[in-house]
Amino acid sequence: MRGPSFLDTLQAACPGAVIGSSLEAIDPWIEVAPEKLVEVCQWLKSSSESRFDSLECITAIDWFEPDAKKAAKVTWKPHLEMVYHLWSTVSRMSLVLKTQLPRWQGDVAGQLPDLPSVVGVWRTADWHEREVYDLSGVNFTGHPDLRRILCPEDWEGYPLRKDYQMPLEYHGIRGR
Amino acid sequence: MTPMVDDDPRIIEFDVRTDEMLVNMGPQHPSTHGVLRLVLRTDGEIVSQVEPHIGYLHRCAEKIGENLTARQWIPYTDRLDYLAAMNMNLGWALTVEKLMRHQVSEKARHLRVLIAELNRIASHLVGMGAYGLDLGTFSPFLYAFREREKILDLFEEACGARLTYSYLTVGGATADLPPGWLQRCEAFLDQFLPVIEEYHTLLTTNAIFVKRTAGIGVLSREMAIDYGCSGPVLRGSGVDQDLRRDGEAIYTGMYDGYAFEVAVQKHGRYPRDHVYPAVPPDAVLGDCWHRFFVRMLEVMQSIDLVRQAIDRYAACREPLGEPLKLAEKIPAGDVYLETECPKGQTGFYLVSDGSAIPWRVRARSSCFSNLSVLHELCRGCLIADVPAIVGSLDVVMGEIDR
Repeated sequence: MRGPSFLDTLQAACPGAVIGSSLEAIDPWIEVAPEKLVEVCQWLKSSSESRFDSLECITAIDWFEPDAKKAAKVTWKPHLEMVYHLWSTVSRMSLVLKTQLPRWQGDVAGQLPDLPSVVGVWRTADWHEREVYDLSGVNFTGHPDLRRILCPEDWEGYPLRKDYQMPLEYHGIRGR
Repeated sequence: MTPMVDDDPRIIEFDVRTDEMLVNMGPQHPSTHGVLRLVLRTDGEIVSQVEPHIGYLHRCAEKIGENLTARQWIPYTDRLDYLAAMNMNLGWALTVEKLMRHQVSEKARHLRVLIAELNRIASHLVGMGAYGLDLGTFSPFLYAFREREKILDLFEEACGARLTYSYLTVGGATADLPPGWLQRCEAFLDQFLPVIEEYHTLLTTNAIFVKRTAGIGVLSREMAIDYGCSGPVLRGSGVDQDLRRDGEAIYTGMYDGYAFEVAVQKHGRYPRDHVYPAVPPDAVLGDCWHRFFVRMLEVMQSIDLVRQAIDRYAACREPLGEPLKLAEKIPAGDVYLETECPKGQTGFYLVSDGSAIPWRVRARSSCFSNLSVLHELCRGCLIADVPAIVGSLDVVMGEIDR
């Protein structure tokens, strides 16, 4: 979906939801406030202008540099970035939604950040959110069955976090 | 035990009751296509709930991608969908090229179409043969693997590997085709075309096969889209979408000038339906039979595309061009690209901070989404239909678990 007019329509439909956008990127994206995510998704799916009826992919990116030397040089603050890739089978267009989360809720390590679940909008989000929870550690509020999907249920830690340490031992198996 | 009131056998028959039972299927089960574990809640022969457990083949492919340069990750893409490794290589290569705004030579473009479509045939042959196995017939599997072997021989000649090729890579391909390869490929296609008739006799129109697949596991169009299904699973439900035609410019540009029709039923008819077996009267759009049939049509379509690609590739006089350096720096930014792989739309998401090593690599797996609809398809079916439905989705665990 290209063009600023679409962005204006979205802003009119969901006031206060859009907090940033980049229309000149290779894949133009729109950044929304995390608490407005479901409202925006609902509108994107149902409104006649967009009809994004298919959720392709949910990605969590951990913006954190574990190396202190390198961390001094980066321009961003540590955070989690959620990326939603949407697709419309009607108009055959794609859209990228982004939203930012703290790495840990209230900066307490181990407290997963909350994000409203979009399972109610696209049912494919069920497994995708379970995967993000499993590997990147995001707590999707309102998800019907949030548990690990790829790792065993008693696995500790979130492997796709940049500061993840492989456990020393798992049920008698050496980790590292 | 209920006390018997009468010796009348009919009364005993009515007194037999079944209990709810949890049945574990897999992860080492021949009809689950790899290490997929299903927990079935059954009552007699009826399945009331299916819960897939995945992750047995999880190898942290995405995490590994954050520690290698973009081109070094190509061998890991091989191991996603290992039955269509060329298509996986191509998907990742195009994603990196999209971010680098790199365009491959005309010759490399046609080589890619040629190789990718050939691998599509090989992948669908496995899908077809293994589907026969799931339904209890062994011979189609042998016929399918006999032909697939010849495709693997061609691939081996081109790149040295038979399963994990790493052949198509960022910036083109690792090597040009050896002399005489195109003739051998054409000879294979000529020999392969009549064999498809055999497949139709063995499976597509086989009365037992039709009974086992027609009207089983019906996936509606809306549900297919809602669950993010793609590829033959989506087209089997009548959604007219093929990324080779509808995808992004960098991908559709590859197929620019190629003639092909998307294998989907429109207005109750498949393209060129006078050539192929008729749809059996019991089949419902979106059932196992249609998903299977779409794959068979795509085999024909791919043969056509390979032939077109051979002509175009042979007409190219310019050199193939060198692939990019192993540690080529990637500009900062993020791109997402989906390509039409044999099993569905597999997407790659690449986030770069400007160095040679990607900051984040994400693989969106088509089989992952296709499998997530399984519990809906299996609700209320018979136990024997579970392998039929799983097989019709044609999943590969390597791609699901990554």
